[in-house]
Amino acid sequence: MSDVFQIAGKTYQSRLIVGTGKYKDFQETRAAVDESGAEIVTVAIRRVNLGQDTSQPSLLEALPPSQYTYLPNTAGCYNSEDAVRTLRLARELLDGHKLVKLEVLGDPNTLYPNVRETLKAAEILIADGFDVMVYTSDDPIIAKELEQIGCCAIMPLASLIGSGMGIINPWNLRLIIDSAKVPVLIDAGVGTASDAAIAMELGCDGILMNTAIAGARDPIRMARAMKLAVQAGRDAFLAGRVPRKLYSADPSSPVTGMIAAAK
Amino acid sequence: MIQISINGEAKTFPASLSITDLVLALDLLGKRIAIERNGEIVAKSQYPATWLADGDVLEMVVAVGGG
Repeated sequence: MSDVFQIAGKTYQSRLIVGTGKYKDFQETRAAVDESGAEIVTVAIRRVNLGQDTSQPSLLEALPPSQYTYLPNTAGCYNSEDAVRTLRLARELLDGHKLVKLEVLGDPNTLYPNVRETLKAAEILIADGFDVMVYTSDDPIIAKELEQIGCCAIMPLASLIGSGMGIINPWNLRLIIDSAKVPVLIDAGVGTASDAAIAMELGCDGILMNTAIAGARDPIRMARAMKLAVQAGRDAFLAGRVPRKLYSADPSSPVTGMIAAAK
Repeated sequence: MIQISINGEAKTFPASLSITDLVLALDLLGKRIAIERNGEIVAKSQYPATWLADGDVLEMVVAVGGG
């Protein structure tokens, strides 16, 4: 059964994208990524720690860019200028790599996106040749604008980053999914496997998560749970669920051929 | 001597220092880094030919774990 998932013209088998933050070491990061089946991994761009022992292994050694598709992000950026600078540095760092995750935050407590700055940065990056996967609010109008200016994937939050609160507003997500002509991925808020399945059952094309796996008591097992949940949710979406019957039942067993009713 | 700012830290180096010399001095040779000098990205191929001047502001970055 072919069910192609493409981002910016490239085909992926896995609809799960995972972050690489919050793990206890690179070994655990690598094990969780591999168990999740993810082909795309997000990374952050940060200053070189000048005092640090440079013989220590780096993330790029633990997850070789030849084996995984890197998705550098702009986490921590609060304006379009910083986000654009960060991703230009990422492109240089990763030898001209074009696929990026844009997020411009508006508030340090909620990490809610600043959509005005996000739109501004997206326009600059797209004009500069980047393939922009964009983190945004679940506002369908903003999602449409981001699509129209050329973002290659729209990534609305399901709930706040790292909150694990799950799918807070499935109706808005459906509005975005139903009208989008580019992939829609849920980015942020997934807490456990059922959240991932619910998101996929809504019809979203994929999910990006970090904390739900890295913060679990057993991240490797949760990585596997998420892989299976994303697959199960996708299959359920494609299979088409039965309609909900609010006030009546529908027996699964034959209603005829019953033995004689007791007197 | 010249003073340059690297990732917000003021550092003093002997004059006539290329970015390649700096990378070597910081023991970062062969590491995957990217460098911005006074707001402009310096391509890796330009490191040997880029000479640092007093007052330059550098940002040197790496990829780290993140979501």
